[in-house]
Amino acid sequence: MSGVPGWRKALPVFSRHVLMLVAALVAVSACGGGRQAEQPPQAATSASASPARAGAASGQAAALSITDPWVKTTKKGMTAAFGTLVNPTDSDITIVAGSTPLSSRVELHEVVDSGGKMIMRPKEGGIVVPARGTHELRPGGDHIMLMDVTKEVKPGVEVPFTLTVKGGSPLEFTAVGKDFAGGREDYQPGMKH
Amino acid sequence: MGAAISRRSLLAGGAALPVAAIPGQAVAAAAGTGDAVEPFHGPHQAGIATAPQAHAVFLGLDLLPGTGKEAVVRLMRLLTDDARRLTQGRPALADTEPELAVSPARLTVTFGFGPGLFAAAGVTSPVRALPAFETDRLQDRWSGGDLLVQLCADDPMTVAHALRMIVKDARAFAAVRWSQRGFRRAAGTQAPGTTQRNLMGQLDGTVNPSNLDRSVWLGDGPEGMRGGTTMVLRRIRMKLEQWDAADRSAREFTIGRRLDTGAPLTGRDERDEPDFDRLNQLGFPVIPEFAHIRRARAADAGQRILRRPYNYDEPVGADGTADSGLIFASYQADIERQFVPVQRRLAEGDLLNEWITPIGSAVFAIPPGCTPEGWIGDRLLTA
Repeated sequence: MSGVPGWRKALPVFSRHVLMLVAALVAVSACGGGRQAEQPPQAATSASASPARAGAASGQAAALSITDPWVKTTKKGMTAAFGTLVNPTDSDITIVAGSTPLSSRVELHEVVDSGGKMIMRPKEGGIVVPARGTHELRPGGDHIMLMDVTKEVKPGVEVPFTLTVKGGSPLEFTAVGKDFAGGREDYQPGMKH
Repeated sequence: MGAAISRRSLLAGGAALPVAAIPGQAVAAAAGTGDAVEPFHGPHQAGIATAPQAHAVFLGLDLLPGTGKEAVVRLMRLLTDDARRLTQGRPALADTEPELAVSPARLTVTFGFGPGLFAAAGVTSPVRALPAFETDRLQDRWSGGDLLVQLCADDPMTVAHALRMIVKDARAFAAVRWSQRGFRRAAGTQAPGTTQRNLMGQLDGTVNPSNLDRSVWLGDGPEGMRGGTTMVLRRIRMKLEQWDAADRSAREFTIGRRLDTGAPLTGRDERDEPDFDRLNQLGFPVIPEFAHIRRARAADAGQRILRRPYNYDEPVGADGTADSGLIFASYQADIERQFVPVQRRLAEGDLLNEWITPIGSAVFAIPPGCTPEGWIGDRLLTA
């Protein structure tokens, strides 16, 4: 499965169908057997007990994909990346961290109502993509937060990202810069930080 | 609205239909229009050979100073992605009104590059501005432009949403030079293939080329333009107040065609070949020497331009004066060889010139279509 993120990296950002196809192919091969030898020894998931847990865990990291990834343009400072995470496996997948050459400080955030005001803050325990489900990263919701951006993110640029998956191999993708007026929630650093 | 639905359903279904069946039929017909999709990918861009949709916006953009090739490539990747999604009824990336994208209504988004875009990108332009014509009264506000975006659909909401997305994504790169809204008969009003009428009441667009590979699509020249074409966009104002004063026979004499059927004055049906040599009892040509159709005629049928015009009708003046006319859009393989000679003959002598004035003019190279992985202009700008 280690080859798959490499493919994905080489794909054009815009080929949503191709990304979906890759996800589908990986899902098929994960179910098709003959892959057990590649199963990482520590691939247990944090998800609740499930009969198919071990088998699904072998494919979960590489099977996770993202469609329509984009990053809000900025001159410098803070910005955020979005997209729809797709988990075709039978187990929940947890994303615990993210990284990009654009920023040395990347956090996984949520937006919550705090006394009638929408604020964003680091999401405790990471972002969970449900088994056989999707999780949307969107303005006003969960997102990948970039702090201390020093290089301008221009519209149409392609920005590489890596998401760290708990118990699996990382998800690599390229997000496209898009001008976007919204997503201006106040930043509230994590309460425990 | 209830009256409109009933009438349409009765027309479609026949007067014998029970009244209860009427609303359901009308709703089904409307849904069909909204769901119709034109393909985006292919050897040619959509929106040229495509049967003309009811609504159009032509958007002329000027690149901001300092916008070079690298930025133009980013711009075209973004706009192509918007077009690829919206034409298929999917929201654009980061679409703030995704619900407005679900009815594509045959939306096409067509891109054209003006000489200024080629200059900015450091690429030799395959098109250049038209020569001046004597009848031109061109205004800067309707002329020129580095990048053309032509949006056409059978639904005006769809056009408005697509225009909004395109403008938002272009704003970091370009300023809007002009936008021109046009319309034809609403979808379903007339049988498909019916020649449209302009606001002077004439059938407009009867003679179009039959072989687009010969007269429209580029088969040679720079590799990055093959499968593409060129476009001339003219804004032609109609002097409808003066036209009101012309009687029917004068109007038919001016064009060389009957107003009701569109038949040439020497024929019976719209598609009849005009007989330019036929004389009347006094020995004068039946189709006058300076009739529009005689002057506009291309000597070689293979050199005909493809006309795809839209009407415009802007707010009426306080004194009731109309601000109406034609957004004349033509596509041809070679502007100098196919368009310019015709326009020169019209400028030199066309009875219609009494009632029309060209007030805007622009030329664009229309790059070929692209693949699902590509973007419009990719072969031109990355060669």
